[in-house]
Amino acid sequence: MSKKQKKVVLFSIWVAAMFAVTPAVNAMHIMEGYLPVKYCIAWGVISLPFLVVGFFSIKNKLKENRKQITLLAMAGAFIFVISSLKIPSVTGSCSHMTGTGLGAILFGPCAVSILGIIVLIFQAILLAHGGLTTLGANTFSMAIAGPLLSFVLYKLGNKLKINKRVTVFFAAFLGDLFTYCVTSIQLALAYPSAEGGVAVSAIKFLGVFAPTQLPLAVLEGIITVLIVIALETYAKPELIKVGFMKEAN
Amino acid sequence: MSKNKTTVIILLIIALLIIIVPVITMKGAEFGGSDDAGSVMVEEVSGSVYEPWFTPVLETFLGGEMPGELESLMFCVQTGIGVGIMAFIMGRFVERKKWLDKENTL
Repeated sequence: MSKKQKKVVLFSIWVAAMFAVTPAVNAMHIMEGYLPVKYCIAWGVISLPFLVVGFFSIKNKLKENRKQITLLAMAGAFIFVISSLKIPSVTGSCSHMTGTGLGAILFGPCAVSILGIIVLIFQAILLAHGGLTTLGANTFSMAIAGPLLSFVLYKLGNKLKINKRVTVFFAAFLGDLFTYCVTSIQLALAYPSAEGGVAVSAIKFLGVFAPTQLPLAVLEGIITVLIVIALETYAKPELIKVGFMKEAN
Repeated sequence: MSKNKTTVIILLIIALLIIIVPVITMKGAEFGGSDDAGSVMVEEVSGSVYEPWFTPVLETFLGGEMPGELESLMFCVQTGIGVGIMAFIMGRFVERKKWLDKENTL
């Protein structure tokens, strides 16, 4: 990162820190108008540093090597497809996956936040799905928290030398699930239960999302592994450049 | 390569099963969105009907909720954009590998 970029990043972190001090802070797609205003603003501000870092990281990566745009577009398109498919689940209701695991593994969590927010804005404006006021909260859960966990798990699996495909599976699987956990917590913070407060409320919301999302999270893990196998077969040079594969194999 | 193929096929079968099994086993289920279940939960937890303070831009623009058919159209557009980009790039990759392999064997 250049000096100027670092300054902007620092500034955005500072702004976020200011807001994080506000005690009650208040996430998969929370519906339009369903979060009180202060929570909307707070989550938006917290997401800001990630978006700024992500923007610069994408810019720098492309400057370094223009050809990476193919993989980046792939990761972005993957999110587009996956998050548009509503899939029936065992609980009798439908939900959709996030698709952010692939991008997080290839480009890191911050870059994905940019890809994720594009999808979220698309859905909020054209589909009335999610919402502009809850964009900050949804960005944080789907495009930041989930990918962040995926990325950490992927790095961890690499360090422990676990089979790469197994690692990719668990990174995508748990990243998806974590997105919904964060959503539950975000909703719980805004709507604490009358008795028991935030914790009880969080468990209740989780009770709605988790059983539906569990099989879908497994599905997301599988699809991500499939696409990684495809890329490994056909896009070796690109994967080596982003550091996913080593030159030798 | 053939080991890859078996993995891919097994994974595809599992993926399909995950989608199909609920549909078959849960006959008569509604398959509504879990986002909506979330709003019901909000009412239950907070103990009062919550009045959303902001309506989606599109609904304001249309003056009401979007018809179901139109909504599925928009979702298809989203899928279409995504699949289009992926297929284009993947096609280039596949073709390139063919050329590279050919050059290497020469």
